[in-house]
Amino acid sequence: MLATTQGIGDAHPTTAGSDRPLLSLRGISKSFPGVKALSDVALDLYPGQVTALVGENGAGKSTIVKVLTGIYQPEEGEIVIDGKPVRFATAQDAGTAGVTAIHQETVLFDDLSVAENIFIGHAPRTRFGLIDRAAVIREAENLLERIGARIDPNVTLKELGIASKHLVAIARALSIDARIVIMDEPTASLSHKEIEETYELVEQLKAEGRAILFISHKFDEIFRIADRYTVFRDGQKVGDGKIDDISEQDLVTMMVGRSVDQVFPQRTSNPGNEVLKVVGYSHPTEFEDIGFSLREGEILGFYGLVGAGRSEFMQALFGVTKPSKGAVRIDDRIAVIRTPNEAIGHGIVYVPEDRGKQGAIKGLPIFQNVSLPSLGTTSKNGFIRLAEEFTLARDYTRRLDLRAAALDQDIGELSGGNQQKVVIAKWLATQPRVIILDEPTKGIDIGSKAAVHEFMAELAAQGLAVIMVSSEIPEILGMSDRVIVMREGRIAGEFEGDALTPEHLVRTAAGIEETKP
Amino acid sequence: MTASLFRSRETVLAAAILVLVLAIAVRFPAFVSPSNLAGVFNDTAPLIILALGQMAVILTRCIDLSVAANLALTGMIVAMLNMVMPELPIAAILLIAVSLGALMGLINGLLVWKFEIPPIVVTLGTMTIYRGLIFLISDGQWINAHEMSDAFKAFPRGIVLGLPVLSWIAIVVTGLFMVLIGRTSLGRAFFAVGGNPHAAVYTGIDVGRTQCAAFVLSGALAGLTGYLWVARYAVAYVDIAGGFELEVVAACVIGGISIAGGIGSVAGALLGALFLGIVKNALPVINISPFWQLAISGTAIIIAVAFNATSNRTKGRVILKKAEHAS
Repeated sequence: MLATTQGIGDAHPTTAGSDRPLLSLRGISKSFPGVKALSDVALDLYPGQVTALVGENGAGKSTIVKVLTGIYQPEEGEIVIDGKPVRFATAQDAGTAGVTAIHQETVLFDDLSVAENIFIGHAPRTRFGLIDRAAVIREAENLLERIGARIDPNVTLKELGIASKHLVAIARALSIDARIVIMDEPTASLSHKEIEETYELVEQLKAEGRAILFISHKFDEIFRIADRYTVFRDGQKVGDGKIDDISEQDLVTMMVGRSVDQVFPQRTSNPGNEVLKVVGYSHPTEFEDIGFSLREGEILGFYGLVGAGRSEFMQALFGVTKPSKGAVRIDDRIAVIRTPNEAIGHGIVYVPEDRGKQGAIKGLPIFQNVSLPSLGTTSKNGFIRLAEEFTLARDYTRRLDLRAAALDQDIGELSGGNQQKVVIAKWLATQPRVIILDEPTKGIDIGSKAAVHEFMAELAAQGLAVIMVSSEIPEILGMSDRVIVMREGRIAGEFEGDALTPEHLVRTAAGIEETKP
Repeated sequence: MTASLFRSRETVLAAAILVLVLAIAVRFPAFVSPSNLAGVFNDTAPLIILALGQMAVILTRCIDLSVAANLALTGMIVAMLNMVMPELPIAAILLIAVSLGALMGLINGLLVWKFEIPPIVVTLGTMTIYRGLIFLISDGQWINAHEMSDAFKAFPRGIVLGLPVLSWIAIVVTGLFMVLIGRTSLGRAFFAVGGNPHAAVYTGIDVGRTQCAAFVLSGALAGLTGYLWVARYAVAYVDIAGGFELEVVAACVIGGISIAGGIGSVAGALLGALFLGIVKNALPVINISPFWQLAISGTAIIIAVAFNATSNRTKGRVILKKAEHAS
């Protein structure tokens, strides 16, 4: 970088609206152990146009972003920019080639100033090779002004809201003169006004001739700002074209088209008495007025987009965070839940989404992981009775068909699926009434998925009330008796029977229509 | 298989200690006489007691740098009490020492729990404060042997079944810790909190409270050692056990207690302390300058950490392979 960055002002207005792609992905495949994340995928980005990337969770959207930004290297296929094949061995390569991504949670440095964030890694320098602070501030001011952001470049980043942080990320993208801008759900956590500002900015980036990849679950904004669309499903491209040539309905159908190879256990549900009733559960920032009831032997699905507040609500129900309002009744008696311990005492248990982070305790052997919340029952006079502890662990890990060499093996040595089994065994050992499973099959292979589904059906058959939070439509449809859809922290709809269709779920979650049963 | 033998950190450390003792014994057979070994153990007793408390703290992903200052402050207070009230029974002195120590540990624990201040900052601060308090209450004066009552000085040296009381206390504390760590919910919670604090929360364990309990435990043991130390050496002044906290942490690290929390054992802490104690006592015997002792301790720490890091890696790999073959 030179002492001044004249490049900043440059735009590429001549290429706007061109039919020749600026960047093309051809035949990209990428696998992870047990999962084919992308198979033979193609994607074109055109200068001066916004391409919307649409797909369910797990369709491969984030994988393709990581391929585009040089974080993952595909096993097959090529990336073509301006007609020339390129290779991104590192994230740096992608940056040099002009690709930049603005992430959902922006990856910036909270304790640096706005100007430093914009220019970190390529700051203007003085003659002596030191960072030219005056130039950094001056150019940051110019960039921010260009995108219409009223942000003081001297302010520390952490003092800004999410929307302003997005703007800083965009200013950074402009500072490296990125020709290809990837926006990953940029409006997911913004207010109405901020969303409008984001749209204006996208228009501006378009006018400057940049190619934009816009990932979103919100159909209204896709139809408002995108010029083209590409639909991914199960790691494959299932369609693309101009947005004017497709209807909302067709796009939804293309996106959810049931994959035929997944089989769910047959179950006849005959729910018993009401176990759990939640009334008016609210949280100052995460969710509002959540209410529902749950019966014995029932599987209740919770569907919604990322950020809809499902996990946040479940954590409050389990006592990890505190609700501001609302009540819980168990067996028609008021239950006070302020800590996870009290929730466990009332028979509610929570199997968290992130096993590694929130579930398994590495360093403790399997049997101690299982017995941890049940030490009260395996202890006498305050001392743990090892024999009983071991018996408890053996009983419950057997029920889950755990594959492990020995129960005193460290849990960290097990595969993901087996770790999940240990975590579930841990909760079953507390003999709960209600079990909350948050994304129970996320990141585990197909075989283990089927085992978890099988087991979930078995639990319900034994009279346990099951709440399943899932972002996978087939799983929600295949397992649930009833589904609650959450959007922006509220219950947006509740479906059962014939009304339980993928279209209803996707539309409700994305806010295309208000459906009340 | 040799691999499985090496799997246990404690076995390796025990073997290293054995080799060390044998190497010394070849040149100085007197070193391994039972009476000398008992003397070495007695010398190491305070380190063992403090290392056990420190282990609980480190298991929960914290560190207690204030133990030596806590020891010195408690020691000074009980010595002054003894000066004013020489007839105060030893049982009362012990109770006061343990309570005072626990109180200082509680201050650390509450600051970590309720104010969420990083433990290293909290205990660095209280370490300095406790040392400063000794100066304030003693006015910088020493309390010497002749100012302490005979009973006060005699207690840790009293011989029971051939061993001094100080040694017995270390043995009893080790035994209690084995039960606490292995057989109680609190002991299990130490591992859970350090191994995976997020998971511990979801299991119904209060992370801050568990950490606070570890600090109280460490503080109580520091207080107990405070009396024993002052009585054994028959002197109390501002700087006693200066820098000893680092030796305590070193014993834990050599004993295989992971500074990242969640991994460790009572046997490890005990062996780590014994290793340092033997090095300290053996070097003067074989005529090596005490400055070498520091270098040897430092080298032992690095070797121990490097060994634990590599053994953890290979361990995982071996078993993964096994599991792959099995399935």
